[in-house]
Amino acid sequence: MRSELLQQWVVVAAAAMLLIMFALLAQRHMRALLRWFALQGVLLALTSALVAFVAGVPELYVSALLALLLKGMVLPWLLWRIVLRLGVHREVEPLVNISVTLLIGAALVLFAFYVSLPIEKLSQLVTRNTIAIALACVLLSMLMMITRRKAITQVVGFLAMENALFFTATAATYGMPLVVEMGVAFDVLIAALIFGLFFFHIHRTFDSLDLEHLEERQ
Amino acid sequence: MTNISWALAAPLLALAASLAGILLHSTRDNQRRLVCSLLLLSALAACGAGMAGLLSHPDTAVLPIGLPWLPMHIRLDALAGFFLLVIGVLLGAVALYSVGNLRHLAEHRSLTPLYIFLPLFVAGMQGVTIADDAYTFMIFWELMSVASYFLVTFEHEQDANRKAGFLYLLMAHLGGLLILGGFAVLYAAGGSFEFGAMRAAALTPPWASLAFLLAVSGFGMKAGLIPLHAWLPEAHPAAPSNVSALMSGIMIKVAIFGFLRMVWDLIGLEHTAWWWGALVLAAGSSSAVGGVLLALQQHDLKRLLAYHSVENIGIIAIGLGLGMIFAHYHYPTLAALGLVAALYHTLNHALFKGLLFMGAGAVLQATHSCDMGRLGGLIRRMPRTAALFLIGCISISALPPFNGFVSEWLTFQAALMAPQLEGTLLSALIPFSAAMLALAGALAAACFVKVFGIVFQGMPRSRAAAEACEADGWMQLGMAIPAVLCLLLGVLPVWILPLIDVVPQSLIQAGLGKSAAGGWLWLTPIAPERASYSPLIVLVALLLAVGAFLVIHLRSGEKRRTAPWSCGHPHLNPRMQYTAVSFSQPLRRIFADLYQPQDKLQRSDHGHPLLVKKLRYQVHVQDQAWRHLYLPIKRFSEWLTRRVDWLHHRPIHGYLAFTFVTLLLLLGLLL
Amino acid sequence: MNLWLWNLAEALLMVGLAPLATAVVKRFKARLQNRRGPPLLQSYRDLAKLFAKQPVLAEHASWVFRTAPYVIFAATALAAAIVPVILVAMPLTAAADVIALVALLALARFFTALAAMDVGTAFGGMGASREMTFAALTEPAMLMSIFVLSIAAHSTNMTAMIDTVLNSGLSLRPSLAFALAALVLVAIAETGRIPVDNPATHLELTMVHEAMILEYSGRYLALIEWANQIKLLLFATLLLNLFFPWGMAQTADAVSLLIAAASWLGKLLVLFVLLALFETWMAKMRIFRVPEYLGLAFLLAILGMLSHYILEVGV
Repeated sequence: MRSELLQQWVVVAAAAMLLIMFALLAQRHMRALLRWFALQGVLLALTSALVAFVAGVPELYVSALLALLLKGMVLPWLLWRIVLRLGVHREVEPLVNISVTLLIGAALVLFAFYVSLPIEKLSQLVTRNTIAIALACVLLSMLMMITRRKAITQVVGFLAMENALFFTATAATYGMPLVVEMGVAFDVLIAALIFGLFFFHIHRTFDSLDLEHLEERQ
Repeated sequence: MTNISWALAAPLLALAASLAGILLHSTRDNQRRLVCSLLLLSALAACGAGMAGLLSHPDTAVLPIGLPWLPMHIRLDALAGFFLLVIGVLLGAVALYSVGNLRHLAEHRSLTPLYIFLPLFVAGMQGVTIADDAYTFMIFWELMSVASYFLVTFEHEQDANRKAGFLYLLMAHLGGLLILGGFAVLYAAGGSFEFGAMRAAALTPPWASLAFLLAVSGFGMKAGLIPLHAWLPEAHPAAPSNVSALMSGIMIKVAIFGFLRMVWDLIGLEHTAWWWGALVLAAGSSSAVGGVLLALQQHDLKRLLAYHSVENIGIIAIGLGLGMIFAHYHYPTLAALGLVAALYHTLNHALFKGLLFMGAGAVLQATHSCDMGRLGGLIRRMPRTAALFLIGCISISALPPFNGFVSEWLTFQAALMAPQLEGTLLSALIPFSAAMLALAGALAAACFVKVFGIVFQGMPRSRAAAEACEADGWMQLGMAIPAVLCLLLGVLPVWILPLIDVVPQSLIQAGLGKSAAGGWLWLTPIAPERASYSPLIVLVALLLAVGAFLVIHLRSGEKRRTAPWSCGHPHLNPRMQYTAVSFSQPLRRIFADLYQPQDKLQRSDHGHPLLVKKLRYQVHVQDQAWRHLYLPIKRFSEWLTRRVDWLHHRPIHGYLAFTFVTLLLLLGLLL
Repeated sequence: MNLWLWNLAEALLMVGLAPLATAVVKRFKARLQNRRGPPLLQSYRDLAKLFAKQPVLAEHASWVFRTAPYVIFAATALAAAIVPVILVAMPLTAAADVIALVALLALARFFTALAAMDVGTAFGGMGASREMTFAALTEPAMLMSIFVLSIAAHSTNMTAMIDTVLNSGLSLRPSLAFALAALVLVAIAETGRIPVDNPATHLELTMVHEAMILEYSGRYLALIEWANQIKLLLFATLLLNLFFPWGMAQTADAVSLLIAAASWLGKLLVLFVLLALFETWMAKMRIFRVPEYLGLAFLLAILGMLSHYILEVGV
């Protein structure tokens, strides 16, 4: 009964994760983007907590709390502060237009499905069919990093990728060892702080966070 | 008389018609009447042979003509019978239509070339369907292509028609070469040109795939699959209207027949790979959507109808592709469903496209123009033509209770069976194809609202349109036959389906079987619990509506007529109406990335930008296949030709050297 | 024979209650805007008034213009008779599966557009052009959602789909959730509500559906307005019964029928409140944002299909 509940919830959470990834790809406004990213963090926290409850892995409660605090609150707030401080244009500027990006995203999901078909046959866990979704989410976050012009949105893509990997770990293997989790979480926090520093420098030099300015002038 | 003799009578009667065209060169009326009557007889023979082929066993014959060691073999089986039926039905209607249409055309010029080549064209198509060996097939195929070239360039005074004819001939021969290549592979495997030997031959996968690729590109070029479709929108409008009806209605179906014959029959579906069906499905889906998107941007009526033929060939290809995919994964009943859906759509398209082209011909004859910007209000001047054209529009938009809906519904049912292919990527890709089909169907409806609305409704946009005359009795009769058949095929699919079902049973030994399982009222192709459709109930509801209208109309007496409301604008003139270009503007903007429209705005004003004197807006949408495929190929072949041209300008020593080298090579090879 | 009579009764119920349904939505919206709103029976009075008036035709309107309202009404009423409302298994439901139902509504729309082009005014052309474009763009989303629905039920027959949901208990399936979201967006587009089209607008350049029927008056206008109201009730019933069918009668005895009727009315009321809230909260979109909106519906439907294949197969 418990494992059925877990299976149901993981399936729903995986679908919600996929939806949030597409929502991140489709957003036009920075604020909405960061809100969806925060929602992703909350979803992760809920999933970890449920896995901890059902599978009896108490370390995951700590992961859940970390996810809620760091990814649901601190990181979005930090990024929003950077946006405000640097006066970055509040619109997300895509390289390819949004409809085409979403279509490519759908194709990537199909590709992830195709690639993970043999893997799913091997796994024994109840939650094996989330492997394809997790892979799809990683690919979608990479797509997000490729098709965006502004540095801030690239960071969000990077963090979303980390979220997707965390979700994979929780769903497919019931979490990573606690040491690894804490390590990864702090790494991400430091990375975000370093990004922030870099953004200040880039903005001071070029007066804009548009990545075109970082390319070599011929 | 045996079945095969009926089948042979059809092309023979057509050849007789051609002869009559030559002999009766001097008397125009007799020439026209005799040729059309012989064509009608040929059509009846084809219908009879077609029904015989569907209802009885295959029948073969060997004719004493042909090469010394290779007499002509002919065969009438279920597949040939079905396509002979399609040919016969539309040919009969067009023959009747031609009596009226050609009378008008004959006033301006001598029609003798038309009377010679049109029956030859028909004979070629009929001969292709009954051919039983590669030689006979190719002879009749070439006859069909070359005769139709002369028909396309019939009005050769116009530059555009000559160019269209050249492109048409070029692509027809290229396609013919590819088909010949396919036959060559089969000949190598089977050892003989006869189809019987090719059928029995065992093909290794690489050779089977090569034959399939040659077949799909050769027949696809003739059928008009994107991206091999460029000749279609040029050639079909250039030909006279009755010829366009035949070309769009039958000739591209003969290409489908050829594809079925070569891939489903001769190569055999036991050799299929999964990607064969997927390729056909992908080509079909892109043709369906691409064809209708381009059709929406046309303002020439016949060009628009030609692009719609591309779309419908795409729909047929979707059905065929689904059939091949299901056959590969060993689901014969579902494969039969895909094939039946494709064949039903073949018959339907022949009927409603023929009807639409004949209507366009009537409009052209009455107003001397096919440009939608000069038409309008023809429903009052040509009421019967308008009503028949409306039936064609509703049928092609796949709306119940007419026939277009039945075949699209069957195709959807086949696509919705995709989950049966569990655990494969294809089962997730087929729904996209179905979604593209739905989009194409709805865009076709939009396009035909535009066509009917701008050509027949509203106010006339030119004097010619305001003074148009109704088409004569023969033309109306020729159009009425497909219209009635459209309704019958839409309302009585339960009777038609068992007839068509014979074809998959003979090709893949599996059929639908219980299509009328729910009784005569319901169409249930797979099982009653799965999906059912009852067109008769829809028809009853609509007849009740029309009946109510008539009762109330007759009782209400004099109608109160006044100027249109139009939100209080007092004076309406025809230039305030929507035009073909403006109707499709939202789509042009939405799909701007696909269309790459080039527009130009010219304005002149009275000194200040706000005081406009004159505005001229021009927009041009070019088929992107031209820019990205055909023009590069043209540039490459020109470059290659210039390189080879070097050989033509050598001095005498050069030529002597060539001869010498060739001699050395031959000596080396032979000895 | 009995079931056919029940089917007829259900059809008459749908056709008869449609004006009331629209009036209820208008009333809720008015309340949300701090107005009292028109009385609930006003729609009936409007229809009666229109039927009694003599229609005025434009000088060159053709027979297409005069016959179109009857065809539109017949097609929509037939569609309403086909959708299962109270009883799950109705004989007419086998007359058309979901795809044929969509096609019947497409037939009604085709004739509306033709009638719009008939009089030769610019507004008619504009309405027809916009309506047919948006209708074309809703088709992929609709078909993909139907596909998702039909996978579980192994059928496109509405009775089979409803039976599958009723028999499968209370499991949450993301594919159905996505399909529901997509179909809600599509239903809003098809019935011409905010944010796609404003049914209460008086500005002609913002009209899509209204622009097509500008020239109609008298009984013709009554038939078309009524058909529009039936369409709203039809889509509402379809969404509720395909996704939340609990309460529907599976046998034709008095108790089940009463419970089913009560639950249908209750669910409709909730849906109309939500619709009124949604319409008050959102503003009408710019015309060229509508394709993005419909693209979103298609994307949700695709996600539904993908979640089915990835998450629900093989479990």
